[in-house]
Amino acid sequence: MGLLNKLDNRIEQFESGNIIITSVDKLLNYSRLSSIWQMFFGLACCAIEMMATSASHYDLDRFGIIPRPSPRHCDIILISGTVTLKMATRIKRLYDQMPAPKYILSMGSCSNSGGPYWEHGYHVLKGIDRVIPVDVYVPGCPPRPEALLEGLLKIQEKIRNQSTYKKTI
Amino acid sequence: MDAKEIFDKLKSVFENGITDLKVDIPIDPYIAVSSDVINAVSLFLRDEESLQFDSLSCLSGVDFDKDNLAVVYHLYSFALNHKVCIKVILPKEKPEVNTVCDVWATAEWHEREAYDMYGIIFLNHPDLRRILCPEDWEGFPLRKDYKVQEFYNGMKVPY
Repeated sequence: MGLLNKLDNRIEQFESGNIIITSVDKLLNYSRLSSIWQMFFGLACCAIEMMATSASHYDLDRFGIIPRPSPRHCDIILISGTVTLKMATRIKRLYDQMPAPKYILSMGSCSNSGGPYWEHGYHVLKGIDRVIPVDVYVPGCPPRPEALLEGLLKIQEKIRNQSTYKKTI
Repeated sequence: MDAKEIFDKLKSVFENGITDLKVDIPIDPYIAVSSDVINAVSLFLRDEESLQFDSLSCLSGVDFDKDNLAVVYHLYSFALNHKVCIKVILPKEKPEVNTVCDVWATAEWHEREAYDMYGIIFLNHPDLRRILCPEDWEGFPLRKDYKVQEFYNGMKVPY
């Protein structure tokens, strides 16, 4: 049973039958981190790596991460590429439309800090964290799919340690 | 036809409207045209039997020198397989030139870009808005004396 394998060190299982004991937080967090829905949103060359990560070779689907066409369905937004000032206003709007709890992964140098545009790129926002709060930064130009997966596992780690009742978000 | 022959032909029709021909330069030879005849010159280049410039390959803005901007038209004739480069030099205080949208429809977005980046005003253009920068952007980014604004919509612009 997949659930039991995943939770094996956190639950108590009775020999005799179909009763398990765990905490609500652990169960809810397990459910949340296993179906992180991602916003269907790509910006620049990092988006190509993001697509490669979603495709069969790296297979984001095995983490329950699937792209959704509406921000109202989403748990996470991957800022995958150069954020121009024109786009930043749109991203803020999309972010506001996502239901909480929501997570942001900033992918690549451009969205982390402006990247190669930091000095002369008059049109580029120097880091998406000037507009919306970021949970995980993935360095690289662009990051390899392995790096993006590592970042997403960090997001899972973060969700695993949150508490629904105590609201530590 | 090469640039010299085209220049002579234009000169015989438009006389003082055609101001200069530069041939011995490291780039393509170009013909400088005064801004008030550009529409007539464009129509002539397109419709004249021996020229037939049916395609505008590129239209770009240039920060030409200290006092001038320029619009550069790269023309190509598919029918006769020859090309030419036309420049219109405009003073920075009043960079206004007539549109060539009605001659080559391709020019519409190119002219919007030249307006967006250099602030060149194309008179009689059907839809002269910024094409790349946001509509409420300040200044024209590709001018040499451009200073970037400190804030845009509350977002800090410089690093």
